[in-house]
Amino acid sequence: MKVFHKTLKYSVVLLLTLSSSIAFAGGGGDNHDKKGNPIDTKEEINAYIKHHLQDSHDFTFYTNGETGTHYGFPLPVILWDEGLKMFMSSKFHHGETVAEADGNYYKLYHGKIYRTDAEGTINYDEHHHPTNVKPLDFSITKSVVGMLLAGLLMILGFSALARGYKKGPIPTGFSRVLEPLVIYVRDEIARPNIGEKKYRKFMSFLLTVFFFIWIANLLGLTPLGFNITGQIAVTVCLALFTAVIYLTNGSKDFWAHTLWMPGVPVILRPILAIIELVGFVLIKPFSLLVRLFANITAGHFVVMSLIALMITMKDAFGAVGSTGMSLVLSLFITLIELLVAFLQAFIFTMLSSLFIGMAVEEHDHH
Amino acid sequence: MYNLIGAGLIVIGGGIGLGQIGGKAMEGIARQPEAAGKIQTAMIIIGALLEGLAFGALILGQG
Repeated sequence: MKVFHKTLKYSVVLLLTLSSSIAFAGGGGDNHDKKGNPIDTKEEINAYIKHHLQDSHDFTFYTNGETGTHYGFPLPVILWDEGLKMFMSSKFHHGETVAEADGNYYKLYHGKIYRTDAEGTINYDEHHHPTNVKPLDFSITKSVVGMLLAGLLMILGFSALARGYKKGPIPTGFSRVLEPLVIYVRDEIARPNIGEKKYRKFMSFLLTVFFFIWIANLLGLTPLGFNITGQIAVTVCLALFTAVIYLTNGSKDFWAHTLWMPGVPVILRPILAIIELVGFVLIKPFSLLVRLFANITAGHFVVMSLIALMITMKDAFGAVGSTGMSLVLSLFITLIELLVAFLQAFIFTMLSSLFIGMAVEEHDHH
Repeated sequence: MYNLIGAGLIVIGGGIGLGQIGGKAMEGIARQPEAAGKIQTAMIIIGALLEGLAFGALILGQG
């Protein structure tokens, strides 16, 4: 009965929250910018969240809305446009000015770099897409910095763990956290799925991918504002690694079962071969990459929306009430996100080892 | 508008699936508590496969 009462209480609070957020969604209309134009708060929050979910060419911690100054540091821009062009992203001034490099002019437009003339004109087609030339972009963006940081943390942590074993069998310090995780990946993920004989070969990949995804997810929860595994390019790459590994390590039995399934009527075999091939080459990597990407994106979106509650609900609950509510809700969701960060790393490693296990398995011939 | 309805349908379907998986896993654990670890792992894997399906549908609906 007590539980029921609690549930009822929470549902009433939730209902009130929802209804008032609908009622006051347009409540920010009485704000004005410096020129006197009304600011749509909801629109601005949406743009802010969208900007966060994207990769960026500079590292901004904080923007002063009144003076328009950005606090942060620029990152190197590396372009391939008939020759290597390198400059710091501070030349863009956050997309407000045109950057000049070796006689070419570049402009940042919605997070992408376009080649323009000296005035920075961007031409559009009828769908309002820019028609300017896009140079190949190899820049060290924010997500690349995050990945390098994750790699550095992994190198530091695991070289300390390896050095510890030279002194004695019991790790000390932070290595005590890492050792159980390594053993967990080996005993709970790799061994049961790949098999006792062959799991050692794939341990290095599974451990790397597990700790990389986990650390990248955790970096996304820090106030630095990384969104590494929420970039689809990153997850595509990770899924491609898995796909290439299980396709190149496939045993003779695996290919025989995939391409010419024994035990079914001959007419069905080519159809089954197509289904199996599409499954292994396209669908399995696709589900791997979409799962990680969508989970992390959705998580960031929810956290930022709950933080934005303190602005959108200010009219309804007052500054203290809305801030308190958004604090409690975002704390709660952030705790769930901590679990999701681990769970997604676990799932990715688990499914990778499952697919590898399917590919390397050798069947007993009767 | 239509893709919002589609998203709702996807979430309903995913919810039913997750409920089935979770409920059956609970029953299994209650019946054989010593197999809880194995059941949990299998439950998470099936849950993740379902999640991939639902997210795939959601992303296709976006495009």
